[in-house]
Amino acid sequence: MSPGAGRRAPLPLVLAAGLVVAALLLPLAYLTVRVAGGGRALEILGEDTTWRLVGNTVLLAAGVVAAAVAVGVPLAWLVTRTDLPGRRLWAAAAAVPLVIPSYVAAFCLLGFFGERGLLAEALGVERLPDVHGYWGSLVALTLATYPYVFLLAQSALYELDPALEEAARGLGHSTRSVLLRVTGPALRPAAGAGALLVALYTLSDFGVVSLMRYDTLTRAIFVQYKSLFDRAPAATLALLLVSLTAVALVLEYRTRQRGRLYRSGPGARRRQPAVPLGRWTAPALAFCAAVIGLFLVLPAGVLGYWLARGVANRRELRVPWNEALGSLSASGLAAGVAVLAALPVAVLALRYPSRAARLLERLCYAGNALPGLVVALSLVFFAARYATPVYQTLALLVFAYVVRFFPQGLSGVESALERVSPRYEEAARSLGRGPLATLALVTVPLARSGVLAGAALVFLSAMKELPATLLLRPIGFETLATEIWKLTQVGAYSQAALPALALIAVSGPVLYLLSASLRPESGGSG
Amino acid sequence: MRSIVGLAVLAAALAGCGGGSEALTVYSGREEELVAPLFERFTAETGIEVEVRYGDSAELAATIAEEGGSSPADVFFAQDPGSLGAVEAQLAPLPAAILERVDARFRDAGGRWVGTSGRTRVIVYNTEALREDEVPDSVFDLIDPRWKGRIGIAPTNASFQAFVTAMRLAVGDERTRRWLLDLKRLEPKTYEKNTPIVEAVAAGEVDLGLVNHYYLYLVREEQPDAPIANHFLRAGDPGALVSVAGAGVLASSDQPGEAERFVEFLLSDAGQRFYVEEAEEAEYPLVAGIPARPGLPPLAKLRGPSVDLTSFGAEHEATIELLRETGYLT
Repeated sequence: MSPGAGRRAPLPLVLAAGLVVAALLLPLAYLTVRVAGGGRALEILGEDTTWRLVGNTVLLAAGVVAAAVAVGVPLAWLVTRTDLPGRRLWAAAAAVPLVIPSYVAAFCLLGFFGERGLLAEALGVERLPDVHGYWGSLVALTLATYPYVFLLAQSALYELDPALEEAARGLGHSTRSVLLRVTGPALRPAAGAGALLVALYTLSDFGVVSLMRYDTLTRAIFVQYKSLFDRAPAATLALLLVSLTAVALVLEYRTRQRGRLYRSGPGARRRQPAVPLGRWTAPALAFCAAVIGLFLVLPAGVLGYWLARGVANRRELRVPWNEALGSLSASGLAAGVAVLAALPVAVLALRYPSRAARLLERLCYAGNALPGLVVALSLVFFAARYATPVYQTLALLVFAYVVRFFPQGLSGVESALERVSPRYEEAARSLGRGPLATLALVTVPLARSGVLAGAALVFLSAMKELPATLLLRPIGFETLATEIWKLTQVGAYSQAALPALALIAVSGPVLYLLSASLRPESGGSG
Repeated sequence: MRSIVGLAVLAAALAGCGGGSEALTVYSGREEELVAPLFERFTAETGIEVEVRYGDSAELAATIAEEGGSSPADVFFAQDPGSLGAVEAQLAPLPAAILERVDARFRDAGGRWVGTSGRTRVIVYNTEALREDEVPDSVFDLIDPRWKGRIGIAPTNASFQAFVTAMRLAVGDERTRRWLLDLKRLEPKTYEKNTPIVEAVAAGEVDLGLVNHYYLYLVREEQPDAPIANHFLRAGDPGALVSVAGAGVLASSDQPGEAERFVEFLLSDAGQRFYVEEAEEAEYPLVAGIPARPGLPPLAKLRGPSVDLTSFGAEHEATIELLRETGYLT
């Protein structure tokens, strides 16, 4: 039985959560206006091409999810539970691709594996097979998204009560059998949550599918917007994307329901014994090296090569200080606002569970698979008309980031709240503290590490955001992402390498904070 | 602490925008790397501050459409007639003195936008793979089995779509459809935009590409030794379309006078000579008496199909439909 079931939620909490969710639904409201205004929705839904696009999109999302789980989960297990040599180093490196924007990843992969790319040059062959299309998109998106699965699985493995595994072993199960019957199922909720983030990212991503020329709903939406006159078709396709999000949410909810494992008691977190890899050490190392090599060393190497070519060609290279500052301030604000906004929703969903509260929480995801351009245009529509003073200010840009990345903040806050026993809150209440004071003085401090993790996820996503930034930023406001865009627009890769490397470097410390907060030594409160 | 820093940043940003009513706001679909010096020159000459929002022409057109009457933009400076045509209803007619700086074929018949620089479609080819006399003089001659898998195009890009519109207007929908289907059978490689096509030609990924003439110069900046050259097509061929980048003043602008001065500046001798003397990308100036950069055939010699750029906005939808039917778009 959930702790708060049956209690009525305080009105201010309900209002705050309702307001947050209403704000997140603005893009949906806009799409409805556009679809209703065009009147061609049914015609578009009847076209074969539309369903081919849906098929392509589902195929890609399923493929990326499968690949991200196949890479992320074993990697997490290897670095947390085994005696793999250098596992701390592998763990640190494995999270880094999270800060590489997927369009930069795609540029780098094409630069290397392209028909006449660096690899072809190095091998001295005339041309390599074409990597554009499904497989190229799959690899680039896996690069950009597997860290979500890796980080969440890693955190879950740290949290998992070793007593469960010990008991299984005591009952005569082999190491492999324990892995399959206890550890694996226990990881399902974390893998499911990671997979959801991966699926939403893949559904909304435009950069990769456009560079890799793979036709998905998102790419079609962009093409439609470029056809300029009738915006209803684009809006119809966007609503189709929203319904795919609903499917992803239901699937994720199912994995969560099936896989929940509770700790037997509060029990102190113990250091778990490392599984000796033995003769599997070499293959395990090869696996880690392949992942890190393909997803981190290769893109970094390509960027380094372009930078070197720029220096050799004496191109004007500039350290993007201002752009870095712009990225940091907008993303930092977005991270703060997102977790603040997530608090009422998370408290309502977890402390006062009800059908309505759960629906409200799930609604937060509705707009998350929408491409940035759609979110941006919806905010243009509303802000230019009804909120002129904030239109094209930093405030609206930050708001756009929050709308786009809210679920990431929410997932952090929720996972933290889940770990804080309601008993502490009840104790504070019985000592005469009001609900707000309890939240501020007890809940939030105890949930600190999860809140930080949520903020860090939002921050890292906002750092990479491009389409909404282009349309909504204050005039003259530059971020590292817009700088990269500006330079790759005119094909100046050697000049774009510097802001791309700066983006990775600036995100680094926050990434470190994120992975640290997901490890028990520094975070969590047991 | 963070919130204090945040508030300070927010306040600064708000203050920055508060001053916005004095500066002229330009939405530029033309790349900052290419046109930023023009804006600086304008401010130096007139003392009018300019704030520029850079973006993709079509996305900015969509933005202007969503903003409606409350658009902060005073001027829309776009990459192609199609984007300008898309927001035509939101543009104010320009004074005849500005319009008449350029030939009638380079401006809107209704006087709502005016071309500011010209470009022609060409076939860019790899000089290591082909001699110039091997490169076709007409896009219709491209339909030949020997070009199978060797052609690069950008069907989702406005410049390719404008070329298809030109072909439709010049030779009719049926012949255009046949050409598109025939081309499709040659398995052309598709790219997002012109620059990657020229890069692919330079890399030998394809041997020739249908592009605007000036992207060659951008790629040369990055790869000075790239084995690429432009081939100009036969006069009257749809593949030789001469099109423009252009500008228009928003009807909702609160400073139409300054906005017109800006368009006027773009068409002044200094604004036009910029493309000859400074710009990396060597577009054509449109004002008579200012010759193009040496090495380019003169503008007057370029003869695309005789079509009216004004209709490109209205014809765009039918072009998109045709491209979709023939499998070029999704």
